[in-house]
Formats: sequence, C-alpha cells, structure tokens
Amino acid sequence: MKNFISMTLNGRQRDDAVPGNMLLVDFLRETVGMTGTKIGCDGGECGCCTVLIAGKPRHACLTLAASCDGTDIETIESLETGGRLSAIQRGFHEKLGAQCGFCTPGMVMAAEGLLRENANPSEDEIRQGMAANICRCTGYVKIIESVQAAAEEIASKESAA
Amino acid sequence: MELMPDFVLHRPTSIEEAVKLRNETDGALYVAGGTDMIVNVRRGIEQPAALIDLSVVSELREIVEDDEGLHIGAGVTLETVSQDTRVLKHFTAVAEAAAAVAGPTHQAYGTVGGNLCLDTRCLFYNQSEWWRKSNDYCLKKNGTVCHVAPGGKHCFAAFSGDVAPAALVHNAEVDLVGPNGRRRVPLADIYHNDGMDHLAFEPGELLAVLHLPKSEASMPSAYEKARVRGSIDFPLAGAAVWVKQSGDKIEELRIALTAVNPYPHLIKGLEKFSGTELNDGALDEIAEMVQSQAKPMLTTTVKPWYRRRVIGAIARRLTKQLSNTT
Repeated sequence: MKNFISMTLNGRQRDDAVPGNMLLVDFLRETVGMTGTKIGCDGGECGCCTVLIAGKPRHACLTLAASCDGTDIETIESLETGGRLSAIQRGFHEKLGAQCGFCTPGMVMAAEGLLRENANPSEDEIRQGMAANICRCTGYVKIIESVQAAAEEIASKESAA
Repeated sequence: MELMPDFVLHRPTSIEEAVKLRNETDGALYVAGGTDMIVNVRRGIEQPAALIDLSVVSELREIVEDDEGLHIGAGVTLETVSQDTRVLKHFTAVAEAAAAVAGPTHQAYGTVGGNLCLDTRCLFYNQSEWWRKSNDYCLKKNGTVCHVAPGGKHCFAAFSGDVAPAALVHNAEVDLVGPNGRRRVPLADIYHNDGMDHLAFEPGELLAVLHLPKSEASMPSAYEKARVRGSIDFPLAGAAVWVKQSGDKIEELRIALTAVNPYPHLIKGLEKFSGTELNDGALDEIAEMVQSQAKPMLTTTVKPWYRRRVIGAIARRLTKQLSNTT
C-alpha cells in the first residue's frame, strides 16, 4: 500500500506516492536522486543522514518518508546559492572541517540547525548541539573551528547589512 | 544494510483512532519518534505487519498544568520536556533525564512515551539479523538460549530508558488507553521483572499521559547516568534521586535505577533513613543497598562489576548533593 505525501523539499513543493516502509533517506537518495545525504550507521548513531525537518535536525535513516507528509525538508543540496557555498560550507572548506567527507553533509546540516537557533554559540554549545554527529577523521577540533568561522561570517555580514 | 520489512503505515489523528487501528490490525505496533523502534524494525527484531504512527495525534503532544500537577502527553518530545521551565523547576530529575537521552537530534523527535516504553536492550539482542542468526539467536528473539545466562530460562535484557527512574522517584502515574477505555496506574506498575516482556500492558494499550503530581514537586531531585560515550549513548547504569528534608534530617528518600535490571527499579528499604541525618556512614550504606539491589548482567560491552560499582557511586553522590551534607 502506498501513502500519498506532499512536502516542500529544498524550497520546492512536490507530491509523491511512497511505500509505508520507505525511509526518508532512501526516498531522498533513490526516488529523488539527491545523494548528498549519506547512510552511515543505519541506526541513528552517527548522524551522517541528518537533514532539517521544519528547520530542526533529524535522522533521515530513522524517519519514514510517509510520515513526512506536510513537512518542510532541507538537505545539504539546499545550501548553495547560484553555485556559491553557504557560510557553513565555506567554514568547513576553509578551516579543514572535512577530511574523508563522509560525515560532512550531516555535520553541516546539524550546524545549520544549531546556528539558526543560536547564532553565536560558545564552544560548549557547539559540542553539545552537534553531539549526535560522529566524525572519525578530524578529532572535532577543526569542525568546531569551522562552525565558529561560519558564525563569525554570518554575524559580520549581518552587522554590515 | 538490511531491507525494511514490508509493512503498512497508518497515521491516525486521535488516540481513539490509533487504539482502534492497533486492535483491528494483526501484528500492528505503535511508533512515536521511532529513534529506537525503527532501528529494531530495520534489524528484523520487530517485524510488524503495520506501524501506527502517533506523530500527528495532537492530543498526545500537550503539556497541561492544573492543581494536581503536570500532565505530559506521551508524544511530547524529550527536548521540550528537558527545556520546560516547570519540569526543570519542580521535577528536575525528569528534565535532566530527558536531556541525557541519546543526542540532541534524537531528543528533538524522540518522545516521553517512547522512552518510557523503550524495549529492553542486550548485547545479544540489539544486533543485525545476520549477527543474531550466526549466534543461533537468543531467548528474547527466535532462539532458545540466553547467552547472558545460558543455564536459565529468564531473559536479562536491561531496561535502558532514562526518563522512567526520574519519573518514578516523583511518584508518577500514567494513563493507559486500550480497547476497554482509559485507566490510570502508578508508573511502577507498568513494568515486569522480565527482559522478554517487561511492559505490563493489556493487549493494544497505548501509554497516553505521564502525570507528575504536584505533591511530589519542588523537592530536590536529580538524574545521572554512566555511558560509554558522553555525547550520545544508552545508559550503562543510571540513577535518579529525590529527597525530602526537614531541617538537617531526611524525611523521605527515593532512589530509582535504570539499565541494571530488566525494569526501572525503585530501591527498597530506604525508609530506614527517615528521621536521620545523612552522614558518611549512612551514604556508604545507601551505596551498598543500591549495589545489592542492582543486578547488572553481561548485557553491554562494559562488565557488570563496573556498572555495579558505578551505580552505587552515582546514587551516593546525588544523595549527598541533594541533601547538602558535608
């Protein structure tokens, strides 16, 4: 049996018929073809599949696509503007927040959710806010610097505007 | 990666509709946030014919305050509970427990009801289908032998919810809604000492509300857990403590444990401390009582002897902090 869903994905409204047992991450990767969202541990432990639903980080691998009817979903693919990186993406690029890169889409989306709620987080708040995301390369120091750089860039642009 | 089993997803909008669907559908299960349930479905531990998604039942998502106390809908997220000023102020242990569940992403959609009804966990159970199959399964699922205690016929999978012990020390009650209507029972009564079947629900019942009584509010309480990773993990051992004092003397002391028994365990025998001052000797005795009533088994990668020591230390430390003894 299929469930009919209507959602906003990365700012565009779409309607789909999905099986009740389809996970959001499979819907995004297989049906929509957006493979930026990664499948890591497959059990909600690593955070690689983090997307934003209604602006809040959520595991796409533990969310059923059919339960996303009526929601607003944002993936890593939504962040760039006209081919230019977002502040957080630039922070990860310039501060070397990514090494192998597998956790990075989830990290960036978790950071996106964090900075929307708290534009000027302390180091502790960054560690706490991104505690559900695991990285096996960086040791986290570079990731925290990346998020701090992004927060500073956003703040300086806002004060200039 | 394993394929999801074939199931139908229902999305009822009221408690009555959810209970009706659950009882009319063979092999149906409730799912709230899904942070644990979906993992178990993925691993073949649960093989439901239908899942009843409770996320759009709006009456489950309300927190109501009245003269009696705080009534938290089972669908309220752990994040909401951990940040609610009334919970933080009057039922501190509950807020601390909600903030200690997994990581922030899980807390944002994991629910109070889901955490109270969390399946028991074991090293030999929370594994992939091929892992369990290659190990001849286990007593809790598909197998005949408990690998934790091979001689026995008892399942020792540990209850690992964080919220239950915190709610227990505040004498919480819950509403269960089933095909025969709604009943209100003490939270302690919904658990069995059986890792295989730890929830004492009637068939098809849904946990709808957690009641935190005002009479137990505003007394100092706290929750703390030990875990492998500080950022995100199930408890290896967790304890909630609630203290009522008059002057320097203890009037009443309650301690509840998680992750060291197949159910959240309220420590028995603490009434002996009523009317006494808590000195170091009494605190040592409390730690010993906690350690002797905790029954950690080899259900995690961390050895039971460590979890037994740590649960005594946590209970002792929290009791000391809350009672302001020196």
